[in-house]
Amino acid sequence: MAHDTHIHVRTQSEFEYAKKKRADEMKGHLATFAIMIFLTLIAFTMVAAGFSTYLIVPIILLMAGIQVILQLYYFMHLSGKGHGMVAFFLFCGIFVAFITVLALVTIVWW
Amino acid sequence: MDINQKYTPQSWPDHPETATMEGKNKFIGFWLLLAAETVTFATLFATYLALKDKGPSGMEFSAAGLFELPLVFAMTMILLTSSLTSVYAMYHMKNHNFKAMQAWLGITVLLGATFLGLEIYEFNHYLHLGFGFTNSAFSSAFYVLVGTHGAHVLFGLSWFIALMLRNAKRGLNMYNAPKFYLASLYWHFIDVVWVFIFTVVYLMGVIG
Repeated sequence: MAHDTHIHVRTQSEFEYAKKKRADEMKGHLATFAIMIFLTLIAFTMVAAGFSTYLIVPIILLMAGIQVILQLYYFMHLSGKGHGMVAFFLFCGIFVAFITVLALVTIVWW
Repeated sequence: MDINQKYTPQSWPDHPETATMEGKNKFIGFWLLLAAETVTFATLFATYLALKDKGPSGMEFSAAGLFELPLVFAMTMILLTSSLTSVYAMYHMKNHNFKAMQAWLGITVLLGATFLGLEIYEFNHYLHLGFGFTNSAFSSAFYVLVGTHGAHVLFGLSWFIALMLRNAKRGLNMYNAPKFYLASLYWHFIDVVWVFIFTVVYLMGVIG
């Protein structure tokens, strides 16, 4: 049925290995979080420091892009096994999103 | 085998969210929704960017004069931290530790509610200044974009609370593990959208 799954009781060593692997992955997530905080701080500091607009805009957009990639690939496990189809969905979505933003900012004037 | 099959940490699968056909279907369907949501938010961002600081002549408010960074910075840190706490919740879900998962989800909900409270305070503050929804094309685009994100936060909070209450006495099983996993994916997506909101609306708004 829809909720059926094969039940596999792991041996103690298999269990310890899987547990350690998860703990290591969690440490990686903490490092990812530290990087995200750092990128956010750079973005806010640059604006607060009042650098030139032409310098700030590309850099803060780059910071946002990196932070989103970290969220998708680490926190949301987009690179994990069995994520091929969902990555395809998402990239189609991002492609349409990009075209939409490009179209509206270039054809709308006041 | 019924859905109330009890598991131990030893028999709990590595990927409980996709261990069943139901879980696999939910997983695919939910990512398709997230892809569609990306497009939804893109239309709102595009509208905002096209109409930023536009409106009737003599309009009083512009992005540079209105937004204040300290509040936005606090909101950003709170939402980013709540993203990490939901990662912790899923870590404990995969370890089959139901109580720890519920505790971390509780912290996530508290942080999310704080974020939402600050957003309501911010909107209320703008309304008192006279920056209303019908003020200008700029104000409408701003409230629709940021408000839609706020509505997503509210929905995410309700979803977490509903799951936590409904499954409080059940513990983790193959029936609810995919549900918890998807709610946490949704929460990360909300954070992804906020990253673009604080960058494109607030930071790029302040510098003019």
